[in-house]
Amino acid sequence: MLQTTGLQFKYDQGPSFHFPDIRCGKGEHLLILGESGRGKTTLLHLLAGLLKPTSGEVNILGQNTSGLSDRNMDQFRGKNIGIIFQTAYFVESLKVIDNLILPNYLTGVKIDRTKAKNALGRLNLESKINNMPANLSIGEQQRVSIARAIINEPAVILADEPTSALDDKNAQEVIALLEEQAALYGSALIIVTHDKRLKDRFTKQISL
Amino acid sequence: MNLLKISWSNIRFRPLNTLLSVVLLAFGVGIISLMLLIKDQISEKFDRNIKDIDFVLAAKGSPLQSILANVYHVDAPTGNIKVADAKRIVRNPMVEKAIPLAYGDNYEKFRIVGTNKDYPDHYGCEVENGKIFEKPFEATIGYEVARDAGLQVGSTFTSVHGFDRAAEGDPDAHHHDKPFTVVGIFKPSGCAIDHLILTPVESTWLVHEHHADEETGDTAHSLDHPEDEEGHVHDEPSPSDPDGDKEMTAYLLIKRNKGAFGMLSKQTEDTTMQLANVAVENSRLMNNFGIGLSTISAIAMVITILSFISIFISLYNSMKDRKYELALLRTMGGTRMKLFALILSEGLILVVLGYVIGLVLSRTGLLILSKTMKENFHYGFDKLGITPYEFLLLGITLLIGIVASLLPALRALRMDISKTLSNG
Repeated sequence: MLQTTGLQFKYDQGPSFHFPDIRCGKGEHLLILGESGRGKTTLLHLLAGLLKPTSGEVNILGQNTSGLSDRNMDQFRGKNIGIIFQTAYFVESLKVIDNLILPNYLTGVKIDRTKAKNALGRLNLESKINNMPANLSIGEQQRVSIARAIINEPAVILADEPTSALDDKNAQEVIALLEEQAALYGSALIIVTHDKRLKDRFTKQISL
Repeated sequence: MNLLKISWSNIRFRPLNTLLSVVLLAFGVGIISLMLLIKDQISEKFDRNIKDIDFVLAAKGSPLQSILANVYHVDAPTGNIKVADAKRIVRNPMVEKAIPLAYGDNYEKFRIVGTNKDYPDHYGCEVENGKIFEKPFEATIGYEVARDAGLQVGSTFTSVHGFDRAAEGDPDAHHHDKPFTVVGIFKPSGCAIDHLILTPVESTWLVHEHHADEETGDTAHSLDHPEDEEGHVHDEPSPSDPDGDKEMTAYLLIKRNKGAFGMLSKQTEDTTMQLANVAVENSRLMNNFGIGLSTISAIAMVITILSFISIFISLYNSMKDRKYELALLRTMGGTRMKLFALILSEGLILVVLGYVIGLVLSRTGLLILSKTMKENFHYGFDKLGITPYEFLLLGITLLIGIVASLLPALRALRMDISKTLSNG
């Protein structure tokens, strides 16, 4: 599903990173652990095609994403990669439900409100459908962003420190939901974090 | 879900910024469009009233006033002139046509003008209902008079002395006893006749002679034998009256040849009369008027420029506030072009809103102004349609929207999403 080979990245006048090769198959979950400054976010951005590697390649669904044009990468990402950030971002002016269907609209997929509502239902957020994102608690926001990440049934879900802003209870909940939702469409789930609390939950781990 | 829905939500999400930008633009556009509407309609109305009239012969005073009073019917006349004096000029071979005008009274603030058939004929006014006046105290009225004063063919009314005094609610208003009878109503023509009451010159003389000496003989005579007057009014315009002390307010003159103004003007030198050149006075009027309009338009332009700056700052700030949002859209499949289009469409929605509200404002302003003008001068503005200038104005506002949103949109286009998201 996703694999990298010889991935390297160097920032202009900044540090350079050499990443171990990663493989994550359909339905597999992978935890990438690393302290600050080890290039966790850089790796996640490389996997998501937000950055282009200096050398090496990222292969998703048999497609070498490093070779895609900006425009094609945006579309490829929208269709095949769901991303969850440490802080949940939203289009603040749109209701929760409209934020949820944005990936449909942006990738030209048929807009499916029922599916979006069901996704919110699974995350116990059906009452928040018409709320503005800013009126949700942080835990709720993170759950909505999980629902949004899977709306296009992505092959790969990338999560960047999804739990570090949350307390223990919420952190456990969010991880459980992540695993559950990833299993729904057999997505490969890759979590990048320094959160030690997650260490025991995942069998497959890589340290940077 | 589409691009416009997202931009619209974004615009509504920042109501204060939006309000400032839209209100400024609406006022800019509104004032400019109001000025254009007024200028267009006034010069059109004025041109229609001038219609080939070259000079106005009236009592000495301000020449501009005599044009305003006698051609546009908005000011008080400069006084009266003696028919006997006027004859010399009116009958001069250089004068092709002379239309007599005698004022003095009004009905419900509509001026009663003593004249002859040449006057409506000159403006191509046709009678819609009834006939043209023939005998004294017969009146053919403009359609606005009929509409606003509720007169019909066959109605009678008594005149009030003066120009602007309303009959009711004014104990000082002097009513004349002898009633006028409406014998016809003109079709709408767009010129002053729409709001005038036309009657034979004799009516105004009779009304005032009667008033002056309370002597009934003369009046009674014409009233008893109105048929005497009939042919008279038709064949010979009033100047040929056995005039005696008869007075007229003005004559509208149409010249026969060039250079007539100087020659004719000379003949008024030792009299109480003066000759006013319509073209000269009108261009002076339009110039003064134009300066006023230009000043107001300049202010409107400044407001429009402010609205441009406001839209720019508002979009630029909201772009900065929303950089994570924009980066997020990219991670969800939004292309650079889509973000560019999103910001651009926000700018365009703002200016279109401002433009539409501006046009509504200008129409509202025009109607309010029209109401006041109608009350005072019987001149209204009734054309509310979109003028060609306003299409140009739309083009300019769209351009303002595009230019103001271009820089923020380009920033969105060039944004480095990885960097933006890492700093979050």
